[in-house]
Amino acid sequence: MFALDRMGNEAMGWATRQVGGAAVASGPPAMHIPDGFLSTGVSLVLWAVAVLAIGVALAQVNRELDERKVPLMGVMAAAIFAGQMLNFSVTGGTSGHLLGSAIATALLGPWGAIVVMTCVVGTQAILFQDGGLLALGANLVNMAVIGVAVAYAVFVVSRRLAGRGRFGLMLSGLVAGWTSILVSALACALQLALSGTSPANLAIPAMGGIHALIGIGEGIITAAALGLVYTARRDVLERAEDTASVRGLVVGGLALAVLLAVLSPLASTHPDGLEWVAEEQGFLGAALDAPFRLITDYVFPGIADEKTATVVAGIVGIAVVMLAGWLAGGARRRRESGRSA
Amino acid sequence: MHSSPFDLYHTGISPVHGLDARVKLVLALAFVLCVSLTPVGAWPVYLLLLAVTLSAAELAELGLGLVLRRSLLALPFALAALPLLVTLPGPTFASLRIGRFLISISGPGMERFVSIVFRSWLSVQMAILLTATTPLPDLLVAFGALRLPRLLVAILALMWRYLAVLIDEALRMMRARDARSGCVEGRGGGSLRWRASVTGAMAGSLFLRGFERSERIHSAMLSRGYDGTIRSLSRQPPDSRSWRLMVLGLAVLAGLLLLGYRLG
Repeated sequence: MFALDRMGNEAMGWATRQVGGAAVASGPPAMHIPDGFLSTGVSLVLWAVAVLAIGVALAQVNRELDERKVPLMGVMAAAIFAGQMLNFSVTGGTSGHLLGSAIATALLGPWGAIVVMTCVVGTQAILFQDGGLLALGANLVNMAVIGVAVAYAVFVVSRRLAGRGRFGLMLSGLVAGWTSILVSALACALQLALSGTSPANLAIPAMGGIHALIGIGEGIITAAALGLVYTARRDVLERAEDTASVRGLVVGGLALAVLLAVLSPLASTHPDGLEWVAEEQGFLGAALDAPFRLITDYVFPGIADEKTATVVAGIVGIAVVMLAGWLAGGARRRRESGRSA
Repeated sequence: MHSSPFDLYHTGISPVHGLDARVKLVLALAFVLCVSLTPVGAWPVYLLLLAVTLSAAELAELGLGLVLRRSLLALPFALAALPLLVTLPGPTFASLRIGRFLISISGPGMERFVSIVFRSWLSVQMAILLTATTPLPDLLVAFGALRLPRLLVAILALMWRYLAVLIDEALRMMRARDARSGCVEGRGGGSLRWRASVTGAMAGSLFLRGFERSERIHSAMLSRGYDGTIRSLSRQPPDSRSWRLMVLGLAVLAGLLLLGYRLG
């Protein structure tokens, strides 16, 4: 570790030789924006947001964890990267994948998860060109910051509603995994629309719809993985929960989820609003680019409304799942308290 | 299973390999920024930028085939910009008849779409050049020089070191699953729910093994005198030749950008 310079070269050369083909062969969900698809203004603003958020997370990790953090975070980042290769076939050629924001949050707490996901997303961009360098800020905001904050908020609230046992844990993992994927995808679509790359009325429903499905795979894998950790080493989860409990982040994450879930259908049905936002922030270097032209005429009539319905259905879905979890948790709690009494 | 002949880093002795990693990182980032700022439809500038990446690849003796092949990686994302072809208002460039639908592609839409895809392709090429000619430890030093937080650099160093170990772990698990569960072409054995939960359990045990491995690594580091700080040999600051090259490169990029605005 210390003699990074002497032996680092060989070890890392070997590492990447082993990794190269495998990482390219695995296809994580299509959420890594390459360079060129975001306007310079949007990219730079999102870089600033990413630097701020990750800076806060690093400071928190520095404060709350001991000096074990470097090996722990490094190996867990590698584990999440490798875990993204695990897949299961759904039907035809499609398969379910893991992105990992939710499970990292459950195992490491929110701040640790932001740092670990930053390393994962950064490595994908720098070493494997999976996502651009200028667009890395946006990808970090979507997957490492929004993904983790939303997963954490949903996880904490859902655990409170669904109970502390294995069932509640797995249910919370399911909901947190699904929500984090969906909200990250909505953020990604919103950024593409703000950059004038994809029309909002098409990108948001399409990304939302696809990732509402992909998110189911993420949710199930997260739930099953947490179930196994609960059975095998409960102390790991308890340690993560002890370090966590950040009320501000819970509120922030929920606010983000609700904001994006509400904003996205709005933006896709009223592109004028987004166009206005785009023009307002247009002075940020986008002014250098061709003026924003967001589309007001619907070329594919009907699709906007139909797909928007999917997104709305998704939001209703969150509410229904949370309600069901709360009711189920309540029933279990009553039964358990009845037994103990 | 997934063995692939290509390395990320290509060993070689060339002017590009010899360039200071810090200079290379700065120039690569400046190039990507410059590509992003170049206006839509400034075709001569795009070709000059392409000349920059291709001649750098040639200078590094990487072989154009490798760079071109790997740079196709980001292409599927072009789908996101595809609607621009038909949604941007403007004179019709071409029209297609598919079944009952007549799809007319507008001129500005075509220009913007091709610009986006081309610029994306240029940026990917530069990122490939950077990783193909810079050893990873040097890249980490360059990150440090660019004021990336030291904790993050240390975590990245450890992550890159153990990436192959954990990927091997994941590949072994997948091979074991393939060997133990009957699989139907394109579907896999068992019910969908069963398959998903098996994969989840694999992910869970992968993370637990990661946890336990990190505990062992920590003990090993402690026994070798680790006290919370990571030391490495100090690097020389970039010499005057590196500085001159960096300034020259930045000036060329700025010139290309100005040309782009004159034309765009």
